[in-house]
Amino acid sequence: MANWVIRSRTIAHHLNKKMGSLGFLNLSFWNSTSNSFHSSSSTMPLGDNHGRPYAIFGDSATHFAVRRFKSTEAARESDTKYFNQDAGDQALDFPGGKVEFTSEMNFISESADKRVPCYRVLDDNGELIVSNNFVQVRKEVAIKMYSDMVTLQMMDNVFYEAQRQGRISFYLTTLGEEAINIGSAAALSADDLVLPQYREPGALLWRGFTLQEFANQCLGNKEDKGKARQMPIHYASKKHNYFAVSSPIATQLPQAVGAAYSLKMEGENACVATYIGDGGTSEGDFHAAMNFAAVLEAPIIFICRNNGWAISTPIEEQFRSDGIVVRGRAYGIRSIRVDGSDALAVLSAIRTAREMAISEQRPILVEALAYRVGHHSTSDDSTKYRSVNEIEHWKTARNPVNRFRKWIERNGWWSDKDETEHRSSVKKQLLQAIQIAEKTEKPSIEGLFSDVYDHLPSNLQEQEEQLRETIRRHPKDYPSDVPV
Amino acid sequence: MLGIIRQKVGAGGASLLRTRSAVSALRSYSSAGKEMTVRDALNSALDEEMSADPKVFLMGEEVGEYQGAYKISKGLLEKYGPERVLDTPITEAGFTGIGVGAAYHGLRPVVEFMTFNFSMQAIDHIINSAAKSNYMSAGQISVPIVFRGPNGAAAGVGAQHSHCYASWYASCPGLKVLTPYSSEDARGLLKAAIRDPDPVVFLENELLYGESFPVSAEVLDSSFCLPIGKAKIEREGKDVTITAFSKMVGYALKAAEILAKEGISAEVINLRTIRPLDRSTINASVRKTNRLITVEEGFPQHGVGAEICTSVVEESFGYLDAPVERITGADVPMPYAANLERLAVPQVEDIVRAAKRACYRSVPMAAAA
Repeated sequence: MANWVIRSRTIAHHLNKKMGSLGFLNLSFWNSTSNSFHSSSSTMPLGDNHGRPYAIFGDSATHFAVRRFKSTEAARESDTKYFNQDAGDQALDFPGGKVEFTSEMNFISESADKRVPCYRVLDDNGELIVSNNFVQVRKEVAIKMYSDMVTLQMMDNVFYEAQRQGRISFYLTTLGEEAINIGSAAALSADDLVLPQYREPGALLWRGFTLQEFANQCLGNKEDKGKARQMPIHYASKKHNYFAVSSPIATQLPQAVGAAYSLKMEGENACVATYIGDGGTSEGDFHAAMNFAAVLEAPIIFICRNNGWAISTPIEEQFRSDGIVVRGRAYGIRSIRVDGSDALAVLSAIRTAREMAISEQRPILVEALAYRVGHHSTSDDSTKYRSVNEIEHWKTARNPVNRFRKWIERNGWWSDKDETEHRSSVKKQLLQAIQIAEKTEKPSIEGLFSDVYDHLPSNLQEQEEQLRETIRRHPKDYPSDVPV
Repeated sequence: MLGIIRQKVGAGGASLLRTRSAVSALRSYSSAGKEMTVRDALNSALDEEMSADPKVFLMGEEVGEYQGAYKISKGLLEKYGPERVLDTPITEAGFTGIGVGAAYHGLRPVVEFMTFNFSMQAIDHIINSAAKSNYMSAGQISVPIVFRGPNGAAAGVGAQHSHCYASWYASCPGLKVLTPYSSEDARGLLKAAIRDPDPVVFLENELLYGESFPVSAEVLDSSFCLPIGKAKIEREGKDVTITAFSKMVGYALKAAEILAKEGISAEVINLRTIRPLDRSTINASVRKTNRLITVEEGFPQHGVGAEICTSVVEESFGYLDAPVERITGADVPMPYAANLERLAVPQVEDIVRAAKRACYRSVPMAAAA
């Protein structure tokens, strides 16, 4: 026991030394969280706990922000972390810490005996399974969750059809992953930064982006806050703390770690949530981001939507590990696997992950298993590489929206009448949004030149003037319905 | 193997420099006669900007404990602590992405590449995550980040360590690209880059780090800043304009000395910024001298000289009395052997000969073929 005391004094001393030069370091906020979630360390759902610092400094009074140490100090810490002083004889010193040695040659198997189980709260019929640690949801929140899942589903269907009719150039759906979208969004607070991949418009919907705003972006008109610069579904909203969707895969992951580092430096009571698909985890950026998040002790939640397909590449061809969850440990990151079709499980896991990420200043990995019901995008026909029966099965029997509906109906919070009213209202809003968006003017040519830099540079200023002059001189060569 | 090369790059450069006594960057306001190495100029600029703005932080391989692969960040870890001077794991793609993400949220990272050759592993983040973000997000996401490090040829480091990336980055709208030459340039431009709200690529030169230049009291002041997009006329002349950037400015000045003895008065322009290029200074000079030579270390095709030539043809064609000539590195990956390396980069004699051709003092290259 004496070990822990000595070590905590060392850390306190180390931190005190730093306080002088780092005026903004603020320890006190770690102690309280404003969430409604019950947070007592004794019920924290940590698996095989090797006496990690969290358990040791369990009480709020001694919640330290464990700063990055120099390599030798980290090694000393992991010594005491993993085994006691008695093992002294059986251990070898190496950079990185002490390691016990063994005279038995054993290769760690490429896979565990059993796959990591996935956490679920509702069964396929929307009945509560007796489970521990799930987050209770108030009626208003549950209704908002369900109605947003329905809205998301309907928006996807209507906009997909719009693309097919040639009214928008591109679209991709979130079908089958509504619970991941809305469940995760509901677990976060408005101050948490979201760095999406591209299949998470639900998080933006939850935060208040309107159907009209979605339509404006997809149709590229002058009302779009993004000035119609991006192709459809590449939403961005600073107001909603939702960073821009960006086409190159997985680039958002190291960016998210950087943003989390920024939150950490400012001592904010918020975290970053970033999303990635199963395919995206093959990118180099995934490795760098996970590794860095752990080393920098960044308050970030990596949410992996493992939906089984990366365009036409099934997961057997994507990786040979047991999904993504097992990779967490490889980087020293706490991880969990959840049933992505179960909105309550997703909510619970991510709410808990958020708690840990902020109070302990550490990354968390959440793998949500699901199925991509829709095609990859409007440029894809997935029946070419998978069976229609498989798609139908997931669309019906494993539908996350229906499952949640059964639960809220059983609670007496929703009825068939509510369903019909909601669906017809949303349908009307969607059709109206598209019509209005189509009739809205396109952006003016000023939008061609601005925002390349913070200030409009002289060469672009000149070019804009030249363009306007040319249009003035040859008005009949310029489309009359496009504003100047 | 790469580890050995990286170390070698750090140690090998010093031996080739002219040895002058390196004066440490003291904040003394005595009159001119003060000299400062480019290394100290960069170090002091970083120090002052980090001191002035707590959002500025430095990130890169070996920048902390090792004091910087080229000692540019010497003393900064000790002064500012590990939160503001981050030693990164070896992943350019990773730490560049992280820097961009931090900049998205409002910090002001300075990302160091051990050499810009390694920035190739991160170029997607520089272009697609940094350069284009302000435009694509309609001004919602700005990226006040600086990417810095040595660029171009060093000495005896071969093809993968000698590439010049000035024209690569300068072709991309959304970026600003700076190329300091002297210590005054290094201080003023790095400060300007860190204060700038747009992403800036700051191309240094390894062989210049140890060179000393005179610095005035104004340059040493902590508020000193040079404007981005303004070239400097290092030497006035009336017969031929020579544009250059980074190390080649020194070569161009030497060539101008030699030319002066032969009665040719050369005007040497230190570009300082490649994007946005100071077209007005270049064109004004060409309208005065009517002849132009562009000098760069990088490859010829689509190089900086090609852009300058086009700018002059577009704006000052009638003023040209001779074809524009570009002096560039040879169109081959940089060889290692010392004799071949010397042939693959411009030398002072090449600039002198080109200036003479432009002044019709010798036969044009095409006629000699």
